[in-house]
Amino acid sequence: MDLIQLHDIWKIYRLGDLDVPVLKGITLTVAQGETVSLMGASGSGKSTLMNILGCLDHPTSGQYLLEGRDVTKLSVNERADLRNRKIGFVFQNFNLLARTSALENVVLPLEYHHHGLTRHESIERAKRLLDRVGLSDRMHHQPSQLSGGQQQRVAIARSLINEPSILFADEPTGNLDSRTSGEILEMFQQLNAEDGITIMLVTHDPDVAHHARRVIHIRDGCVDGDLVGHATVAGGGERP
Amino acid sequence: MKFLRLIRTAIRALLRNITRALLTMLGIVIGIAAVIAMMEIGQGASTAIQRTISSMGSNTLLVMPGAQRSGGVSMGAGSNLTLTESDCDAIVRECPDVRQAAVIVRTSSQVIYGNRNWTPHDLYGTSPDYLDVRDWQNLAEGDTFSDRDVRNGAKVCLIGQTVKRELFQGESPIGKEIRIRNVTFRVVGVLSQKGANLMGMDQDDIILAPWTTIRYRISNQRSSSSGSSSSSSSSSSNSVNTLSNLYPSTGVVLYPEKSAVQQADNPMPVRFANVDQIILAARSAASIRTAMSQITELLRERHRLAADEDDDFQIRDMTELTNTLASTSRLMTRLLLFVALISLIVGGVGIMNIMLVSVTERTREIGLRMAVGARTYDILLQFLIEAVILCLLGGIIGIALGRGASTIVSVVLRWPTQISVDAIVLSVVVACAVGMVFGFYPAWRASRLDPIEALRYE
Repeated sequence: MDLIQLHDIWKIYRLGDLDVPVLKGITLTVAQGETVSLMGASGSGKSTLMNILGCLDHPTSGQYLLEGRDVTKLSVNERADLRNRKIGFVFQNFNLLARTSALENVVLPLEYHHHGLTRHESIERAKRLLDRVGLSDRMHHQPSQLSGGQQQRVAIARSLINEPSILFADEPTGNLDSRTSGEILEMFQQLNAEDGITIMLVTHDPDVAHHARRVIHIRDGCVDGDLVGHATVAGGGERP
Repeated sequence: MKFLRLIRTAIRALLRNITRALLTMLGIVIGIAAVIAMMEIGQGASTAIQRTISSMGSNTLLVMPGAQRSGGVSMGAGSNLTLTESDCDAIVRECPDVRQAAVIVRTSSQVIYGNRNWTPHDLYGTSPDYLDVRDWQNLAEGDTFSDRDVRNGAKVCLIGQTVKRELFQGESPIGKEIRIRNVTFRVVGVLSQKGANLMGMDQDDIILAPWTTIRYRISNQRSSSSGSSSSSSSSSSNSVNTLSNLYPSTGVVLYPEKSAVQQADNPMPVRFANVDQIILAARSAASIRTAMSQITELLRERHRLAADEDDDFQIRDMTELTNTLASTSRLMTRLLLFVALISLIVGGVGIMNIMLVSVTERTREIGLRMAVGARTYDILLQFLIEAVILCLLGGIIGIALGRGASTIVSVVLRWPTQISVDAIVLSVVVACAVGMVFGFYPAWRASRLDPIEALRYE
């Protein structure tokens, strides 16, 4: 089944009397378990598209089905619930809470929907996830005591705590050096392979984009190209 | 459960930046501390003022015998003889709102010492409790007469400052003997200065003696001197006082002697224990009303009055003084309330300011929380709860500080202070309310943030 179905999505911002269309009729589908890159120059509308896909924003017109359910008509709070249960976010600047341990940061989404877990179970799950991203010895460190790559891994663990079906990564390697970038991107591929989580990378960097099996180019608010397959050849591990 | 989680989230968010939390709290701590200290010191002062006013006699009640009517002609207040000493004892014993009571037998006479003479305004026969009722226990010299003196009808007396000045002229009056209508009284004490009362009458122009002595040796001597309080029955006491035969009375007789028929028509009760008045003090200004109704009930029962009969006594209170007292304490309370209100508003505005700054500073955190699934009211509640927790904690610390401050003031400056439970309860409630009211706007602002904007906020 298709996880995401977009049909003729428009997003128009009003600046004074001027209508500025940012997305001009985007139609695309993403299947469960795909890895997709959204590529485009800044100002192309890729961030706006990701916000809509991530249910942070709603389109001006068009239809968006997430797991077959129309989410364009949902209220602010219903979207918040949806984000909590289905969607994980990884940001360029990590967005970890300062002066808060890695463990507490990972548990954070469970404060809003605990999925029937007790506090103890939540902590256990967070510990497992931190272990999985290779930070089992840094659980009680605060973000300021972690390197950029480690912070991003905490953020990944946080995005996974609700067992989402899709993970949005907005320029996840933008603030990292190339070596840690490679590690992070590999981690995404690993999650996709092992858990079947759909990964959506938003980037302007072709090298990063090519870690995904499918690359969608956005230009001036329209889908400019949709390539499947070739990216796997240039996969992270095989790069020089 | 959900709520508990939110509280935990709020506490954790506060702990994340303790300095900021403490600074936010400071406003409310100072506000509440000021309220508590003001209330306690102010209430102490208010109580002290009330005590001062009540020493002027605001709690004093006067029970007078009712008016006697004779063929439609009223003889005026106090013309009937219905009150006895045992009434007075019963009032003290059975009326819980009466603190103390004393009987009064009034008379008026010239007083002689050596070659000087003086007619005091008040010549009262009473019991030692009178001084307690009037709040007049601190004597200038000597000591008061005792209950035993009252029982024995001892010829002792206390004199006021004016009497002392007029009769003794700087001499110490203690142990000296003065003559009142040819009966010698030994002066055992001198009252302290009280000054004029509200009507401008000199309260120091007074002589107090055991009421039994006055009743049997002085006031019963002459029927004209003390109005109708004496009667033809006084002949029995005349025989006790042999001196009166030495100097025959030359008082003006206003009314012709009653004939046997008239006396039979208007029989005068023969009760030696009759007193002219009972003066008593209520426990507090607030209990005057209840004291009056208790006395009324008791005396009606004691005097065996049927339900349809009028009271054979009257009770007077010092309405003017009581009103003054009430308005003074009302004024004090309002003043304190104003001061309290202002400091709480200042504290609340302080909280609001820092909360607003905090919302701006935590924009990214709010955006993130929204992105991972916080609903608008989750954010609203979190910030509200944070504000309320800060206010509550600040309130508790403020109460402790305020109590400390008022204790220091009372110990160091010896000002009267009083623990005000009202103020403590009030300030906790107000602290919460302040947290809610002034925390709401920042919390609402936070919950209105657009997650996309908030996440991008630098």
